[in-house]
Amino acid sequence: MLQKKDLLGIRDLEVSEILSIIELAKDMKPIVLGRKAKLSTLKDKSIVTLFYENSTRTRLAFTMAGMYLGANVVDLGIATSSVQKGETLADTGITLDRMGIEYMIIRHSMSGASHLLAKNVNASVMNAGDGANEHPTQALLDLYTIYEKKGGYKDLKVTIVGDIAHSRVARSNIFGLTKLGAHVTLAGPGTLTAKSMEALGCEVTTDIKASVKNADVVMGLRIQMERQKGGLFPNLREYSQLYGLNEETFSYASEHAILMHPAPVNRGVELMPELIDSQVSVIDEQVTNGVAVRMAILTLLSEGRQSS
Amino acid sequence: MKICIAGGLLINPKTNTEIITDLWIEDGKIVAIGENPEGEAEQTIDAAGKWIVPGLIDLHVHFREPGFEHKEDIKSGCLAAAKGGFTTVCCMPNTSPVIDNECVVEYIKAMAQKANGVNVLPVGAITKGQQGESLANIGKMYEHGICGVSEDGKTVMDAGLMKKAMQYVKPFNIPIFSHTEDHTLAGGSMNAGENAQLFGIRGIGREAEEIIVSRDIILAKYTGAKLHLSHMSTKGSIELIRAAKAQGIDVTAETAPHYFTLDDSILGDYDTNKKMNPPLRTKEDVEAMKMALKEGIIDVIATDHAPHHYDEKNVEFDKAPFGIVGLETSFAVSYTQLVQTGILTPMELIDKMSTKPAEILGIDKGSIEIGKTADITIIDPEAAYRVDPNTFVSKGKNTPFTGMEVSGEIIYTLVNGNIVYKK
Repeated sequence: MLQKKDLLGIRDLEVSEILSIIELAKDMKPIVLGRKAKLSTLKDKSIVTLFYENSTRTRLAFTMAGMYLGANVVDLGIATSSVQKGETLADTGITLDRMGIEYMIIRHSMSGASHLLAKNVNASVMNAGDGANEHPTQALLDLYTIYEKKGGYKDLKVTIVGDIAHSRVARSNIFGLTKLGAHVTLAGPGTLTAKSMEALGCEVTTDIKASVKNADVVMGLRIQMERQKGGLFPNLREYSQLYGLNEETFSYASEHAILMHPAPVNRGVELMPELIDSQVSVIDEQVTNGVAVRMAILTLLSEGRQSS
Repeated sequence: MKICIAGGLLINPKTNTEIITDLWIEDGKIVAIGENPEGEAEQTIDAAGKWIVPGLIDLHVHFREPGFEHKEDIKSGCLAAAKGGFTTVCCMPNTSPVIDNECVVEYIKAMAQKANGVNVLPVGAITKGQQGESLANIGKMYEHGICGVSEDGKTVMDAGLMKKAMQYVKPFNIPIFSHTEDHTLAGGSMNAGENAQLFGIRGIGREAEEIIVSRDIILAKYTGAKLHLSHMSTKGSIELIRAAKAQGIDVTAETAPHYFTLDDSILGDYDTNKKMNPPLRTKEDVEAMKMALKEGIIDVIATDHAPHHYDEKNVEFDKAPFGIVGLETSFAVSYTQLVQTGILTPMELIDKMSTKPAEILGIDKGSIEIGKTADITIIDPEAAYRVDPNTFVSKGKNTPFTGMEVSGEIIYTLVNGNIVYKK
């Protein structure tokens, strides 16, 4: 069971809560793989996805997770909704709440948007990414994947490379990994990293090779094209040559290191194709685990709702 | 009408007076202090245990009229001012239309006439429409009664134009208020730094403020204009002002109660009522601000009273407008943070909230002396309570101080000898 009505970030999760989600995700994974029967935990319950930003994996992973638990899942379809008529997030939430929807999954370009929604509704809100703040379910699926591959977190060296400054994935992973005892190193160009990130309990560097050295896990991050327009680096060619991960840089990592990425990947920009398609990559497994983890989260939130 | 305010502690920084006495008011003027003039008082206010101080003056409010009356209007703003002990306020020009010509100045004055009597002094824009392109009708606005000029809410980013503004304003001998924010460096929603990293909110660096502080100090040095720096928030700005004052440059500065009370560690709940510009900084800045007030580097406490409708604040953090209300909490928060902690004496606090602001404006206010206009505030310093926005008379309830325990309550506010607020 989770302590709160909502899952808004890793920052305010207890270690025991993180571990219970991962524990339950293990049981869910065979269902996602079609090896075990689907469940009816959320039978007759309704879930809505509100995606103010585009998504393939996260939205569909939540949708499938809901369906595998027997829930009715609908998507608001922001582009064709009253949001386009200027309806506020708070009013949109209240409207959905009054329709008997018990679970709301929101992705939004602004930090704290899921907190605002959660404050205004009785439904359980899951943050599917808010601005540059958090993407907790991505971090949980990453943590689950790391657990599967490495068996634990204590003293593991995890290096996250790329656009750290704007990455909610990085931030949620930092909160989770440091809570679980891993050592996190952040690496990227000077404009996409900041010394103040050391406050999050990790090391920060602009030297990619040094950052990857002896890493057990190397996580790439998608570079958003608008960052270049914002003048944060000169062009993609320079970015990929100086900060992209290739076989050579990856060779500095420890022997059984794994390569992760939240996807979608800009092939040839932040990750070179030969690395993406190699044995070290667990990117595709992350997708499967993403459904399992979200089934676990929905289940644990529903237990909380029943007991309150 | 003859009023006697009896037996209160009269605190008057201008004359360095702190004495338990009676204050007599007749026909809007102060007629006697201490000795009983001829004739009975028609009204006696028992001020035993209370402070009698020159009416508080706020150099920085946004009354939103014309244009945004759903947030605040001059009438509701004046009610809030009176309740907060303020007898004079300077209202900033970022209205719609902007206060950039004499017609809008006259409109503000006309609306103030219909309010409760609190003195409303319009501040004119520096540039036409606050567009930063050409000077507003500063001379005509001066003829019609502006107390200063400001581009508040924006910075005149063109340094050449700002220099011309200083040169042009100087002969009128009114202050030029500077909103110090380099727009090319801003663009976030809270202070940049460790807490912004923690909460995932885009940061506004302190350099955005300090660069314009230093630019405008340099321009003031060469033009000789009366520069007043609005809403100072960083330790770095304080150091720049300290250096400027040491050089004898004509610069004064204000801060607001939230900058010496709250820091950016409280933003983790994404409460938009804690969002203002400049943003709450760090604990180190808060401490530096208190010391700067004590040392007199910061001359004035202003509110930057910026009311917004609750609908406008009940949105995503990035989307919410900057600004918080302050008129009804300013004295209590300042008294609690600065006087009860021993940082300022009561007289120093009143100096920063009345006497100094009057000096900066060059107006004959901010002092209790025989013959002066009776703008008086009576305060119960001992009254302790929790801040509750539901008690505000301002239309804006957007305060970060909700629930804070404070001391110091306004009991009476008199403007021109008339009681405009009574608890």
